[in-house]
Amino acid sequence: MDNGRMGYEARPRAASGESSGPGAGGGSVTVGCLRQRPTLRSGPPAGGVRGPRGRRSGPPRAAFGAPAGERSGRGPGPSRAARRRGRGRSPSRGLCGVSTERRARKPSLFGAVAAAAAAARNHVRSPPAPNPAGPRAASVEIFIMSFVKYEELIKEGDTAIIFLGHGSMFPVQVQHGAQTQTKYGVIRHSAHLIGQPYGSRVTCSKGGWVYVLHPTPELWTLNLPHRTQILYSTDISIITMMLELKPGSIVCESGTGSGSLSHAIIRTVAPTGHLHTVEFHQQRAQKAEEEFREHRVDRWVTVRNQDVCKNGFGVSHVADAVFLDIPSPWEAIGHAKDALKVEGGRLCSFSPCIEQVQRTCQALAEHGFIEVTTLEILLREYNVRTANLPLPDLGGALDPLPVLGEAQFKIGVPLKETVGHTGYLTFASKSLF
Amino acid sequence: MEGTKGEGQPGGGTMANNAEQPRQQDHLVRDGDFVVLKREDVFKAVQVQRRKKVTFEKQWFFLDNVIGHSYGTTFEVSSGGNLQPKKMMEEITSETKEAGIDNRNIVDDGKSQKLTQDDIKALKDKGIKGEEIVQQLIENSTTFRDKTEFAQDKYIKKKKKKYEAVITVVKPSTRILSIMYYAREPGKINYMRYDTLAQMLTLGNIHAGNKMIVMETCAGLVLGAVMERMGGFGSIIQMYPGGGPVRAATTCFGFPKSFFNSLYEFPLGKVNSLLNGTFSSKALPSESKDSISVEENNGVLLDDLQTSPKEMEENIIEVIENNHPQQETMEVISQEPEYKDQKERGNKKDYIQEFQKKQEQQKKRQIEAAALLNERNADGLIIASRYHPTPLALSLLEFVASSRPFVIYCHYKEPLVECYTKLRERGGVINLRLSETWLRNYQVLPDRSHPKLMMSGGGGYLLSGITVANDKQKPESCTVELEKNEEPIAKKQKVEESEDLP
Repeated sequence: MDNGRMGYEARPRAASGESSGPGAGGGSVTVGCLRQRPTLRSGPPAGGVRGPRGRRSGPPRAAFGAPAGERSGRGPGPSRAARRRGRGRSPSRGLCGVSTERRARKPSLFGAVAAAAAAARNHVRSPPAPNPAGPRAASVEIFIMSFVKYEELIKEGDTAIIFLGHGSMFPVQVQHGAQTQTKYGVIRHSAHLIGQPYGSRVTCSKGGWVYVLHPTPELWTLNLPHRTQILYSTDISIITMMLELKPGSIVCESGTGSGSLSHAIIRTVAPTGHLHTVEFHQQRAQKAEEEFREHRVDRWVTVRNQDVCKNGFGVSHVADAVFLDIPSPWEAIGHAKDALKVEGGRLCSFSPCIEQVQRTCQALAEHGFIEVTTLEILLREYNVRTANLPLPDLGGALDPLPVLGEAQFKIGVPLKETVGHTGYLTFASKSLF
Repeated sequence: MEGTKGEGQPGGGTMANNAEQPRQQDHLVRDGDFVVLKREDVFKAVQVQRRKKVTFEKQWFFLDNVIGHSYGTTFEVSSGGNLQPKKMMEEITSETKEAGIDNRNIVDDGKSQKLTQDDIKALKDKGIKGEEIVQQLIENSTTFRDKTEFAQDKYIKKKKKKYEAVITVVKPSTRILSIMYYAREPGKINYMRYDTLAQMLTLGNIHAGNKMIVMETCAGLVLGAVMERMGGFGSIIQMYPGGGPVRAATTCFGFPKSFFNSLYEFPLGKVNSLLNGTFSSKALPSESKDSISVEENNGVLLDDLQTSPKEMEENIIEVIENNHPQQETMEVISQEPEYKDQKERGNKKDYIQEFQKKQEQQKKRQIEAAALLNERNADGLIIASRYHPTPLALSLLEFVASSRPFVIYCHYKEPLVECYTKLRERGGVINLRLSETWLRNYQVLPDRSHPKLMMSGGGGYLLSGITVANDKQKPESCTVELEKNEEPIAKKQKVEESEDLP
């Protein structure tokens, strides 16, 4: 039983956005990185995303509705962080062999514009439009969903992570006939990826090689396109444990942001749980929904485009856990309490500023939450390498003669600069009384 | 209901009835449940059994009255050791706002409290409630009025903590049990702090459906955490040293029996034979689980279950087809402790027969575990033991598929430095990261917010990475990964500085 998940038709596209038949050109067709108009989907989404005040109606996941050719160029390039570090990008990488126009990068980080620009810069090929003919054939078994279940072999439609070495990596959407440029050369999806085991080494056209990794929420967090500041795995880990998330948990989250935590939550609560995520920014909400669909996790998540402080999460008395990462969490505590089960549940609020934390803790007390604790967690990484210290020459008056030269040993030394602060995490339990 | 999915997902709040769905009455305490008693920040794991005396925080009581109440209910110990549910009182805003400005005139001569120890004892014996006693103490304190409001708050909190014996019954979870173990018996878990455990579970991508290899000597806490995150889906092979795995902490989680159907164990002592193809299931009788090696000291936190590995075995063997109705669970649990008595009472021949039957079962399980391992396609590896991690990592990684995460915990950093180096030499791993986490908790009160304490250095270290196809043999398998630690570091760090700011 397919859940109406949007399948992708295996149609490589030329850069102009027109579709060509599979195998056109008798070989690998270079797929354009850009759509002709990097905008969001036109037309109202069919039951896809909620309106600002709207409640979801109709089937939760109807066909996404975009007519062919208008699907925005989604380029899940390396994170902004990674880009700034100079990873995941090399000046020698050109576009996907097709001279398409480069889009000027607009200031906004989200949406197809940035994605297209990123795609142009980062050579990630974007997926073709969803097949308007309807969901993919039932040959796709229900449990083949990479972010949530491991698979051995790379398949079309997967989001795979190309690892170049040394922490440098980027995601690709695997596609028949597609190609991806790396600094080591071209990777042809059909020949090198599809059907290969994850973890394989792929030799690129110029002779260098990369690894293809199975997607995980942790890798996704490091490589997703930032539309907002995101939560990293260190915070996500403690949140997951302190909210007692596990398969079957029902979780409410706001704001969705770039979906970093969302993917991690979905991974943890699947296959029997669910995530209700609320995002008041319409494009971000749409983008998140697209991504969940592409990653084939949409059956475990409901995206609502509304303001959680005014309208809550859209569900009542169902959640085991609520997570808030919004500017004014104290305004949403009442709604959070309503969303949580009657028998109790856990709550977490993430705020960068201590004043926000104070207001939130006050609101928690007023609403009868108990076990309120605030903490922060920081990651300290160590570099492992060999160090040499020269042995001092104190003169040769000893017998036997002292050893000179260098002493060599292995060290684990902290990174010189690390993250100093992400935010304060406030946890609480909903009391029965 | 909003957002209801059509496919029977619990998204809309309607719960589909399938085996792994939470039961409707899941939030009520039942006889035989494993619970955690909580008082302030002190926890203790116990099993609910009628007429069984439980001691906790210098009090003793029976848990009978807890049965049927919701988890999260608070109780007071009343006469006879019975627990009475206590409604959480709202904070009575003190009418007397009389308070001082600062403590310049307050002299601590130990004489400000007019009630003596005996007076207080008399009050307690009279059966006066804790709140009353606190009230009495306040009234009989000569300096209370002069304290600042903050100091009064602090004083009241302190007295309440001492005299209002309120116990909450909570459901066990990784969060609660890992905090409990770190506070009470850190040595048993190799000083693994709870945030480190949290990192392991996430870095290891532990989720439903995995086939996990777990090697731990943390009383079964890590195993329990992994099982919780897998929700009964998938399978786990626990490697164990000595005679048998210690699962004292695992029992505290109170997992349903079905969770244990896909939990296997395999002796470390046979790993090498498995790796070089000479594994045989013989020589099992010497590893009888009855002779648990003494070094594996079962957790003393559970009052009842002293021989939990044995219990676990019985759980595996007993074919309990229950769909979790309350009655059956009760009966099963009440049977198990009696099993030992039956041994003595019953026929010696029967006992030997039972013993041999268990041996057969064990052998069968071990062969199954060996088969699972031999597929060499595990989805992840967690190592958290008192043993040196390097040999464990080098051998157990052989059983893991490629492109899968692994996490190795060690109390100390140096063994992980060595492990890192050896793994580099071995090849077939990428993204190696040696890390620890620092945890700092905060007191957040109006005008009184500040950090409380910082936990660092004492929580252990993690080495994590991802497996890949190992092409170490190939000549061109060169050095993008290896030993490039020297060169790009400066560049990396400098840019990291700017990019990681919130």
